[in-house]
Amino acid sequence: MMASSYNAKDEDGHITVSGPGGATLRSKKPENTAFKQQRLPAWQPILTAGTVLPAFFIIGLIFIPIGIGLYVTSNNIKEFEIDYTGVDMSSPCFNCSQNYSWNSTKPCTCTIPFHLDQPYESNVFMYYGLSNFYQNHRRYVKSRDDSQLNGAAGSLTEPSKECEPYAYHESKPIAPCGAIANSMFNDTLELFYNDPNGTKIQIPLNKTGIAWFTDKHVKFRNPGGNNPNLTAVFQGTTKPVNWRRPVYELDTDPENNGFINEDFIVWMRTAALPTFRKLYRIIHRKNSMVPTLPRGNYTLEVVYNYPVRSFEGSKRVILSTISWMGGKNPFLGIAYITVGSVCFFLGVVLLIIHHKYGNRNNNADISN
Amino acid sequence: MGSVVSCFRRLCVEEKKKEEERLLRANDRQFNLSYHYVNNAIRTSKYNIFTFLPLNLFEQFRRLANAYFLFLFFLQLIPQVSSLSWYTTAVPLVLVLSITAVKDATDDINRHKSDNQVNNRKVEVLIDGELRKEKWMNVQVGDIIRLENNQFVTADLLLLSSSEPLNLVYVETAELDGETNLKVKQALTVTGEMGDNIDELAAFDGEVRCEPPNNRLDKFKGTLTLKEQTYALDNDKVLLRGCTLRNTEWCFGLVIFGGPDTKLMQNSGKTTFKRTSIDHLMNVLVLCIFGFLAFMCSVMAIGNAIWEAREGSVFLAFLPYEAGVNATLSSFLSFWSYIIVLNTVVPISLYVSVEIIRLGNSFFIDWDRKMYYPKNDTPAQARTTTLNEELGQIKYIFSDKTGTLTQNIMTFNKCSINGQAYGDLYDFSGQRVEITEKTQKVDFSRNPLADPKFVFHDHSLQETMKEGNPEAEAFFRLLALCHTVMSEEKKEGELYYQAQSPDEGALVTAARNFGFVFRSRTPETITVMEMGRQVVYELVAVLDFNNVRKRMSVIVRSPQGKITLFCKGADTIIYERLHPSCDKLKKVTTGHLNEYAGDGLRTLVLAYKNLDEGYLEEWRQRHHEASTAMEGREERLDQLYEEIEKDMVLLGASAVEDKLQDGVPQTIEQLAKADIKIWVLTGDKQETAENIGYSCNMLREEMKDIFIVAANTAEGVKEELQNARRKMCPEGAEEPVVMRSRAGLFWLKKTETVQDEKVDGEYGLVINGHSLAFGLEKDLELELLRTACMCQTVICCRVTPLQKAQVVELVKKYKQAITLAIGDGANDVSMIKAAHIGVGISGQEGMQAVLSSDFSFAQFRYLQRLLLVHGRWSYLRMCKFLCYFFYKNFTFTFVHFWYAFFCGFSAQTVYDEWFITLYNLVYTSLPVLGLSIFDQDVNDRWSFQYPQLYSPGQQNMYFSKRAFVRCMMHSCYSSLILFFIPWAAMHDTVRDDGKDIADYQSFALLAQTCLLIVVNMQLCLDTHYWTAINQFFVWGSLAAYFAITFTMYSNGMFLIFTSAFPFIGTARNSLNQPNVWLTIFLTTLLCILPVVAFRFIFIQLRPTINDKVRHKVGKEALPAPAPRRPARRISTRRSGYAFSHSQGYGDLVTSRKFLLKRPLKRQVLFTQTDSPLAQNKPQHYRTIREEVEESQSL
Repeated sequence: MMASSYNAKDEDGHITVSGPGGATLRSKKPENTAFKQQRLPAWQPILTAGTVLPAFFIIGLIFIPIGIGLYVTSNNIKEFEIDYTGVDMSSPCFNCSQNYSWNSTKPCTCTIPFHLDQPYESNVFMYYGLSNFYQNHRRYVKSRDDSQLNGAAGSLTEPSKECEPYAYHESKPIAPCGAIANSMFNDTLELFYNDPNGTKIQIPLNKTGIAWFTDKHVKFRNPGGNNPNLTAVFQGTTKPVNWRRPVYELDTDPENNGFINEDFIVWMRTAALPTFRKLYRIIHRKNSMVPTLPRGNYTLEVVYNYPVRSFEGSKRVILSTISWMGGKNPFLGIAYITVGSVCFFLGVVLLIIHHKYGNRNNNADISN
Repeated sequence: MGSVVSCFRRLCVEEKKKEEERLLRANDRQFNLSYHYVNNAIRTSKYNIFTFLPLNLFEQFRRLANAYFLFLFFLQLIPQVSSLSWYTTAVPLVLVLSITAVKDATDDINRHKSDNQVNNRKVEVLIDGELRKEKWMNVQVGDIIRLENNQFVTADLLLLSSSEPLNLVYVETAELDGETNLKVKQALTVTGEMGDNIDELAAFDGEVRCEPPNNRLDKFKGTLTLKEQTYALDNDKVLLRGCTLRNTEWCFGLVIFGGPDTKLMQNSGKTTFKRTSIDHLMNVLVLCIFGFLAFMCSVMAIGNAIWEAREGSVFLAFLPYEAGVNATLSSFLSFWSYIIVLNTVVPISLYVSVEIIRLGNSFFIDWDRKMYYPKNDTPAQARTTTLNEELGQIKYIFSDKTGTLTQNIMTFNKCSINGQAYGDLYDFSGQRVEITEKTQKVDFSRNPLADPKFVFHDHSLQETMKEGNPEAEAFFRLLALCHTVMSEEKKEGELYYQAQSPDEGALVTAARNFGFVFRSRTPETITVMEMGRQVVYELVAVLDFNNVRKRMSVIVRSPQGKITLFCKGADTIIYERLHPSCDKLKKVTTGHLNEYAGDGLRTLVLAYKNLDEGYLEEWRQRHHEASTAMEGREERLDQLYEEIEKDMVLLGASAVEDKLQDGVPQTIEQLAKADIKIWVLTGDKQETAENIGYSCNMLREEMKDIFIVAANTAEGVKEELQNARRKMCPEGAEEPVVMRSRAGLFWLKKTETVQDEKVDGEYGLVINGHSLAFGLEKDLELELLRTACMCQTVICCRVTPLQKAQVVELVKKYKQAITLAIGDGANDVSMIKAAHIGVGISGQEGMQAVLSSDFSFAQFRYLQRLLLVHGRWSYLRMCKFLCYFFYKNFTFTFVHFWYAFFCGFSAQTVYDEWFITLYNLVYTSLPVLGLSIFDQDVNDRWSFQYPQLYSPGQQNMYFSKRAFVRCMMHSCYSSLILFFIPWAAMHDTVRDDGKDIADYQSFALLAQTCLLIVVNMQLCLDTHYWTAINQFFVWGSLAAYFAITFTMYSNGMFLIFTSAFPFIGTARNSLNQPNVWLTIFLTTLLCILPVVAFRFIFIQLRPTINDKVRHKVGKEALPAPAPRRPARRISTRRSGYAFSHSQGYGDLVTSRKFLLKRPLKRQVLFTQTDSPLAQNKPQHYRTIREEVEESQSL
């Protein structure tokens, strides 16, 4: 009848095994540690109505205000976009877009007038946008040589294989090599304010400060150390096939020339999606009294070099102000409002479900 | 070079296989060498230092997953295809390969060590006429070696001579077949005559011709030719490697088989590799995933073709083809590129992680103190580390009885003498008191010959004996005289009994302690100490036990000349033969017997009869005639016995408890609640088995019916089975409902599943060996299976080891259920190997069962902990792991799929290559391991409280093909969110300083950060048991991710490895943007909230048993375990004559031969070790005829 009062806990009693001489034998009894006995203290959360329902309501309550805030912020951002691809016959750039050639020496210029309804108060950022341009294609993305761009002398004369077929031209190494560099955006955009009194004032466009600090100062470096004579440094290399000027003639400013030319750097930061915009120029606000771009008529003058019609792409110019959350993008705001509302709604639904059926669970006896 | 050697070895083995006959000559190395027999060196190791790398790599690449990754690696080396750098595959592959290689190497080093240790053992070999110490590995076939007591047998030897009389040798074969009892081997007389005469042995030139090496342990055939005389050799003359010499000073043997040819080595290494059902499912799923991968890649390739035609061809100015590639080829290449990019759907770390989890859970089993048995100092042991989760899916348990359910210890518990019951304790109010460890024991110290291990609690019997009650004295005199026990007295007063059955031992020991000490016997006399007085009885006759008689009697003549017949036997049998004067006593005794039977005790009724000299003489005469008669001897003897065993006087009844192991009834009750069916397969006879069935709660009074199938013809069995089934389920179909389906790899395996049939009420089935043999035949097996599976309890008695395996196979074949076999003896090995999971009870009958088992522990009751706690947890953890693992990898991969639509199907990855490399190995490996090693839904005590929690495992609820599909849908949803939310949020967006942020690198960083946070949140949601380690792993992994990311994207790393880390500055520039964090937050919530909502709704609407229990755990304290009521059966079902299993051996007792055969110095059969633990073991009666029985049942 010993068996009748068996209890698993009895097993855990301490039984010391002692040998004939009183010495304790080393027994094979496993150690009594919380880890080995799987008794580690633990927190065991369960999904109960008490935790789930408030969570949904609280999320709803937090998300909706955030969403509204985001939406308002995004709406306050002023943005103006002009498509200057020239697909339409009526478009000023139609002619330029028709007779295009990479190597044409004669620049084609077109002028696009536009009107800003609202004054742009703070700094205005000028972007160019391309669509249907697959900067994220695998072959395109990898077609560059980061060592070369970082100023490594060896890579300058011997570009990486990844650059093929834009590594060598007429048996000279190409600097900068690769498809990305080769297809660099080369339209020139200029902005004029048509003063109501009839004069055309060119708006100063700032071409520095448009690239990431790390790109400008770490990732991209001209070869030859601090040698200011870039022509000499790039001796023995050739310009990319589609370029009109060699890389050391991108700008006159030595701090913005060669590989560290910011237009070049911006282009080299490939876009994630086939439709993208890239920062082109910044229009700094001069003083707090005058808006950067007052309301009125403007003219955009484009030196039309870059062909996009062959692949059914489009070119845009975007003028935009920014806020703490970046450029104009109503998505986040709308998404937050929607998610918040859905949460709130779900919370109500779950509450009803819980009220109607939940007690079943709570009071349900487990058939034993 | 090593491989050449191994090739050569293999060739040699091939040659040996062709060996038809072995011929060898003693002491003639030259002659024997010409046959190229292998020497005695063994090698169990797989590799040596040169072959390790190639062989191990070869073995590893035979695994599908590894080969696949090697293929991927080579694919990545093709520049046109390579969408990822080579290291994304190489790093994980090398890591996985090296972990496995290190494990294999350590295993092999251990094998080398043990090989060396064995090979370098020393033995005395007779070389050139003198004995020399030689290493084992240098022993050659044909050598003569000398073994000493307690030495291991070096090789398979032909016994030549020994120190013992009659050239006997005693060996222990525990290492070979697990039996701890000694076996006798005897040399041929012609060789035995040489003794230890070295000169004669050196000149010995016998030629042995024998069978080639094989693995049959019980057979040997050969001849010895000596001086043109041929002698037959059989198994009795051969000592096998692996045995130990015992009780023999020395012996000489001739090496017949050496090293790998020995029967021990031929028997080893043939363990069948068991795989769990989850393994099978996993293989199927991996194949499905391969198919799915091919499908996805085809979609991508088609997409690429369309894209190339519509967009790519006009985009050539910016993005020219590589040399020699055109649009068609490009789409073909993109197929392979996507194979590389999407390869993460087949997770390389899956197999490694699964192994680690199983190993971890095995360690928890090894470490469990609640499965440690202090009396034997035996912890539980997971001998196979790859089967854990199957412990959570057991549907059928096949159990041995003796040694598994019972302790194989009989104790004399109660008796009824002359109408007076002894053995129970009562308090003042006359209530029966339960006997516990603390109850005061009867003190037998007055009796110097008493067995100190005998325990009795009722003092009144002792008092009765002191008073000199004649009935009580007669009762114990009978017990001391009427038996076939042998005694051994090594030292004065130290008696050891060797009983044919443990019951007898218990009875004789009881008599011994109450003052009637059976001391010794000769064929004619029995010496008994009666209350300190030595009395020698003359043994006139033994009327032996057999299955029909169900009783045994002895006729003895006391020194005073009084002749008495003492008889003990089954109640029904004895009652028929009592003198009418005993009627009154009979009634009282019957009451006691019913009570004992109700307690599950084995009962015997004792009676005696005084005989007069004249009648006896005449009877003896007739007895002599009958026993020498040529015809009808048995019948005539039976008749004589019948004649003399009548009109006896009733003395009383004894009750012996076949002690169940602790906690067996409770365990069985728990397992039954967990919906596990238990079948007992025992070699015992029906009554015994039934009796145990009752006492361990398998057969219950409340069962509607208990069917007993004991027919002797196939038709009879069929009819009985059908009747039983119709009774249980009258409207049941005549034909079984069989579900045919295909399973396994490539759906090649056909399976037939017999559906469970609904039965209301509980039934039991008892089937005996004969009927079972019919039932297991082809045409009846379905009948048997259907009927048996409808019953709650099935007991098969008189089952042979082969039948045990057949029963297991039958259920495995038609039920597609997971089976577990548990047993302790060599006869359970077949069943243990046949079942999905074999459990060995370590301790009692040697190690054979344990050695072939997957799990072992010391007590049956630990089974409930193994299954209900460890098994359940293991299964739960494995399923959670698989679900989560597939989820995280699919989610990871599908994002690439969506991205393909935006990058021209060019196989551009969404994430940084380093992230792809480290995702499975570093960022997500530890949290998921933490989940799958530590998670518990409820703790062990709640698991015991609600055994129903076990049933989801039996129904494969947590992980199945359906769960897998669900998991895929879930990842599909998550990946959509993970791609399109960042896409929409980043589309045309800029930083707060107007600069670019929609670039590829920032997008990659955003997408991978979202992904990592989402999968970690999902993990948190799946984790039910948050230990500090889990927290550490989750937060640590996230922290590691950010730390590693910032490091890799730092200036320093870029300047050192410019081309490897092009993502410089991305982390700094993008993770300081508020809208990036807002996006991450939004994505995470969108992935997690629906899951929470779904789970919550399911808990509310359709709570599972887990949900209910977990809810209870949150609310209430664990109810105290209900005090168990002592199981007491009020029953008329009485155990029969539960005595021994076979014919008694009265003949042996009375024959001189038997006594002579037992040398006095032979060690007793009780294992005598120095360990104090062993001393604590209760005395344990071994059956003397164990060997004989074994061969009978085989």
